[in-house]
Amino acid sequence: MPAVSMTVNGKAVSGNVEERTLLVQFLREQLRLTGTHVGCDTSQCGACVIHVDGIAAKSCTLLALQCEGASITTIEGLAEPGGALHPMQEAFREHHGLQCGYCTPGMIMSALDIVRRNGNDLDEHTIREQLDGNICRCTGYHNIVKAIAAGAKNMPKVGAQQAAE
Amino acid sequence: MYNFTFHRPTTVRQAAGLLGRNPEAKLLAGGHSLIPVMKQRLAQPSALIDLSKVEGMVGVELKGRSVTIGAMTRHADVANSTVLKEVMPGLAMVPGSIGDPQVRNRGTIGGSIANNDPNADYPAACLGLGATIITNKRRIVADDFFTGMFSTTLEDGEIIVKISFPIAKKAAYEKFKHPASGFALVGVFASKRGSDIRVAVTGAGSNGVFRVKSFEEALKKRFSPKSLEGLSIPATGMNADIHASPEYRAHLVGVLARRAVAKAVG
Repeated sequence: MPAVSMTVNGKAVSGNVEERTLLVQFLREQLRLTGTHVGCDTSQCGACVIHVDGIAAKSCTLLALQCEGASITTIEGLAEPGGALHPMQEAFREHHGLQCGYCTPGMIMSALDIVRRNGNDLDEHTIREQLDGNICRCTGYHNIVKAIAAGAKNMPKVGAQQAAE
Repeated sequence: MYNFTFHRPTTVRQAAGLLGRNPEAKLLAGGHSLIPVMKQRLAQPSALIDLSKVEGMVGVELKGRSVTIGAMTRHADVANSTVLKEVMPGLAMVPGSIGDPQVRNRGTIGGSIANNDPNADYPAACLGLGATIITNKRRIVADDFFTGMFSTTLEDGEIIVKISFPIAKKAAYEKFKHPASGFALVGVFASKRGSDIRVAVTGAGSNGVFRVKSFEEALKKRFSPKSLEGLSIPATGMNADIHASPEYRAHLVGVLARRAVAKAVG
């Protein structure tokens, strides 16, 4: 089996995978990072969203081998090592942006990508439009949208140019 | 998904060599059409040749009176290209409507065109602007490139390297988006560049993307939505599925063509 190396949540990792191994399988089954979920396995629901080199992607539609040399961030990589939650995680807690919690890791990883692209000041319409790729099967969108708006405000400021890109 | 061998060339020449040695191989661009069909076992390539590390296949460049887009340029990067938004916003709006944000972060223009999904957006933009598809072997005009549903004139061992779009002063895309998949139920790209007027339709035809010559003729007199009033296309040859009937799709072609022209002149 071919070898693959990448950085996951700041740590260098490597392993041997089948060519067909999906990134989400590598993360969950080999690295035991089970915070990234598989909902639909058809790139629709967004439960598996992670960041590849800082950009959101659906890890059920990426091969582990495609991420050779990449820097991956999963939900486990957001909180500070000491335990303090990331402002976006804290906002989901504060605003109860979850019901069953299955979609939550993907929602939070997508929320960070929305902030990257649109800045810290997000209106409800933008958030709802940009959540196109994430499905909450409990239909708990109301508080998710509130949580993202609040979390975005509490995050470090994203540069105007960075947000425009 | 059946297993396969995985190759990661760094030059177009290496990629072409690998394709030549592996007749059942497929090129892997963004993978957001290919990996799903491999999971469904509708595609079973013996090898995947990943183009992500191949040099010189990414970027949006202004070249005289045209814009050249590298085949591996991702949808989000085309949609956000400052150059493209300035010289031809009508083309920049096409990738912005594909799938969802995460899909746009991975999917590529070359992959979309090579796949030629009958509901994909980029084929309409290529045909609607008279683009030239540049491969490792030749230059192919869009009118010759798309040959039917999931079918193109690409030959074995041929790799799309970039796509060149002539800059049309007036150009716009209008799409009736399927709310779940994000694909075009019907999409119309209309453009005017001097006397070259084009109206290209995706999502509607059972044979893939096509031009509406009767609309183009009408727009030659005056490039205005008014010129299309009362015009329609027949329902024969339109797609029929659970989402829309042939008659509905034919109707949408007329509506979206008028909106696209209005947007292009507005």
